[in-house]
Amino acid sequence: MLDSEVPQEGNSTLDGHRKAVYARGADGKLHLVQSAGWEVEEIVTRQAVDDLRRLAEDARRRVIAGQTSPLEFHMHRVRMDVPLLAQASGIWQWRVRRHFRPEVFARLSPAVLGRYAEAMGLSVEQLKTAE
Amino acid sequence: MSDFQHSQASHCESGVMSAMLRHHGLPLSEPMAFGLSSALSFAYLPIVKINGLPLVGYRMPPRFIIKGLQKPLGLTMRFETFRDPGRGAARLNELLDAGRIVGLQTSVFWLPYLPQDLRFHFNAHNVLAYGRDAGSGDYLLSDPVAETAVRCAPADLQRARFAKGVLAPRGLLYYPLGQPQAPDWPKVLPAAIKKTTRIMLDAPLPIIGVRGIRRLAKAIEGLDAEREAARSKLFIGQVVRMQEEIGTGGGGFRFIYASFLQEAAALLGRPALDELSGRLVDIGDEWREFALATARQIRGRDPLAPARLADKLRLIADREQAFFGDLRRAA
Repeated sequence: MLDSEVPQEGNSTLDGHRKAVYARGADGKLHLVQSAGWEVEEIVTRQAVDDLRRLAEDARRRVIAGQTSPLEFHMHRVRMDVPLLAQASGIWQWRVRRHFRPEVFARLSPAVLGRYAEAMGLSVEQLKTAE
Repeated sequence: MSDFQHSQASHCESGVMSAMLRHHGLPLSEPMAFGLSSALSFAYLPIVKINGLPLVGYRMPPRFIIKGLQKPLGLTMRFETFRDPGRGAARLNELLDAGRIVGLQTSVFWLPYLPQDLRFHFNAHNVLAYGRDAGSGDYLLSDPVAETAVRCAPADLQRARFAKGVLAPRGLLYYPLGQPQAPDWPKVLPAAIKKTTRIMLDAPLPIIGVRGIRRLAKAIEGLDAEREAARSKLFIGQVVRMQEEIGTGGGGFRFIYASFLQEAAALLGRPALDELSGRLVDIGDEWREFALATARQIRGRDPLAPARLADKLRLIADREQAFFGDLRRAA
């Protein structure tokens, strides 16, 4: 890649940040060039972000329909999955899944709710609603 | 620590080490830190899942650069992890108060100064802490992928350092003991280059090096584009994301290594390495073309055709195999 070919087309997922890449100058030497972003990177990052957003949105609808608990919604919203939430909260995966059941979630002790809230960086109040 | 100079880099770990060594009186470029530690690689790890998709790496695992620079530079790096987050914070403050600059392993998800869309649960991001704001208590950080030095509130940094999951940092901090020395280039450079060729060509596992690229090609070919289009797109997107994410730009690691080979050619007086550097730049461009073709299929500008992407990968594997063979002979 020549330094004149370094993508400068912008990438909304970079939020105005520029990254640094190595490219060849006119003298043949590689040097660091700032890039305002490449559409390819934007596409693949956007794809991952959209997929996570879709999971959260889907969970939110099921919370309203009474099919899952706000815990699942928040897990997707903070871009976690069950294994990661289990590790971060120190609660077994099968228990996490069980806590997705609204009637089980409603009976959780403040201590368990506190562990989930802490793991996801939320307050217990936030955790109880799918907002 | 007002005399610390931030500079932007292409990759976090090589960037941190380059800045740290420079601060300690040994100017070492980012590509040199990357090449001298033999950090270039390829790995396709179907067992390690990130959000349900396999891990693909274009370099050696985290900490490889930090550890790999010890021997050639006669350097001892001190690593500390903490079971108790409170002690981890106290230790960081103690080192900063003593005027040290400290490397930290962090999770990008919890670093608020990074763009929201790039903040996934990736736990092996390296940053340098070089001081604290006396008033607010904010940490002064040099994040190699950021354009300028940044600040981070203590609560956020604490979360980032003690995030859980794959490659959990456990508060890891690191700093050099003693003074780094300029190495004996004719001795260390050929050894470092040979090590990279061994990793790429002779790894005992079929998922590492050139064989790993072919294994990934096979996995992509096996995707069901008709019945599982969405999952297939996520899979190929992940492969490119791992190639691109957080500041490597296309075949980024190939370009960093090519720059290292140019430096090595000058230091050793071996023009053959210059020529090889040019070839590796071309291979890096092939990786970029692969990324472009993948993105077009994800967007639906081209029909989803995993077999075409697999063919492109095999072509890259052939070229890398020939390249690293020639590099071995030149070293």
